[in-house]
Amino acid sequence: MSASVLFDDLGPRGQRNVRIGSVVGGLFVLALIAVGLQRMGTNGQLEGDRWAILFDTRTGVPQSLGKALVATLQVAAIAMLFATLLGAALSFGRLSDRALLRLPVTIVVEFFRAIPLVILILFLFLGARPVLGLDLSRFWTLVLGLVLYNMAVLCEIIRAGILSIDRGQSEAAYAIGMRKSQVMVSILLPQAVRRMLPALVSQLVVLLKDTSLGFIIAYPELLQQARNIINFFGSQYSLQLYVAAAGIYIIVNFLLSTIAHQLEKRVNSSRKVAAGSTVMAGANEDQTLTAVAIDRG
Amino acid sequence: MQALYDNLDRLWAGFLTTLGMSLAAAVIATILGTILAAFRVAPIPPLRALGAVYVQLVRNTPLTAVFFVVIFGLPAVDITFQNFFIAAIVALSVYTAAFVCEVVRSGINSVSAGQAEAARALGLTFGQSLREVVLPQAFRTVVPPLGNLWIALVKNSALAGGGFAVADIAQLGAGLARDNPSQVLAIFGGIALAYMVITVPSGIAVGVIERRTAILR
Repeated sequence: MSASVLFDDLGPRGQRNVRIGSVVGGLFVLALIAVGLQRMGTNGQLEGDRWAILFDTRTGVPQSLGKALVATLQVAAIAMLFATLLGAALSFGRLSDRALLRLPVTIVVEFFRAIPLVILILFLFLGARPVLGLDLSRFWTLVLGLVLYNMAVLCEIIRAGILSIDRGQSEAAYAIGMRKSQVMVSILLPQAVRRMLPALVSQLVVLLKDTSLGFIIAYPELLQQARNIINFFGSQYSLQLYVAAAGIYIIVNFLLSTIAHQLEKRVNSSRKVAAGSTVMAGANEDQTLTAVAIDRG
Repeated sequence: MQALYDNLDRLWAGFLTTLGMSLAAAVIATILGTILAAFRVAPIPPLRALGAVYVQLVRNTPLTAVFFVVIFGLPAVDITFQNFFIAAIVALSVYTAAFVCEVVRSGINSVSAGQAEAARALGLTFGQSLREVVLPQAFRTVVPPLGNLWIALVKNSALAGGGFAVADIAQLGAGLARDNPSQVLAIFGGIALAYMVITVPSGIAVGVIERRTAILR
């Protein structure tokens, strides 16, 4: 149901009402912005100096924000790679016919999905040495936490994707004599990847956002770096630097989503994606996938 | 284990803090998210734009950044909160509302067009058909994703204690672990268990509510 079903094509009176509503609504939005700007103005937050620091290369602020962005992307890239690979491996385990493999994998996945990522990272930070006997740097602590959590979530997304493929596909593959691993790798997975791409990408965006938890263990990602800069230059720059750090996150995530959207369009138009089954299964599977993707919130 | 036993009363208080913070944020986020979803399907373009911009901005911002802006950024424009507990509720609500909005909107989209058309044919206005016909059905279909959002919210609330000065179970636990390095595993096991005490029954409850409210189409 598209939004337009909720209201009629408008007659003259309706159009007038919407016009009035638009003006009132527009004024409401403008008023929100005005109040915000006014508050910032009276507190001197709009002064050029306060914002100029973000762009003035002599202060070193843009450079260190750039470095922090690189540090953030490094963690995210490595964690994305390992989480996806491990997630795929775990999803095969969860779909295995052997209970001896399926049960432990299920327990691992459910466990890591159930505990908050913050707790996981804190545990790795405080407990890696005494409990696990590992000497992890902050970088690897953050990567490991992100990988353990996201592999579990990605496992569920990939599993839902594989299960959403029409049964006829695997039955046909078995019928022509393929082994289970062949069916999985050359029949189910390629189709599942297309279908779960949106859910997969939104989880990777979540992962990128979660790199910001690095500040808990003082890993110099964007927000931690913003805090360091504020400590150095003084708290009159708090708002500006935190807004800048958030802005960089928003831009990067937005780019990632846009690229993914383009990719999705290309993948879907490049071949006739099992036309019938997609349409038929669409409604239900999409909901399952969204539900899984939204899980992390 | 000893550290857990010795501090049981403090940990219990921390657990209640976590639960209270999550519940308050859940209520506010649900209300705010539903209003935003109504904005997003409204006939008035500026409100639609407001809803869309809010969702796009907040969804792409890390929760940590929302916390930073609420706790350290807003005081710069004279918006202060009595304590970190309230600030954390605000940050969690603002963040979760964007996700609630998307979930409710997907629910509205899943209600069949005939329902809204019938409501309009009866002469209900936009507000009436949304309130009386579409939203009640929409909420039933989005019970599972809303339940998942609640569970995610409980887990996200750990950030308030882990990163900021809210005395919830995450902070108390991490503090205990710092003081008792030899009992780190038991302490974190205890914290994980505390979160599961909330999330696992929630998951079961969501399943029950889903079955009770399911509508045949």
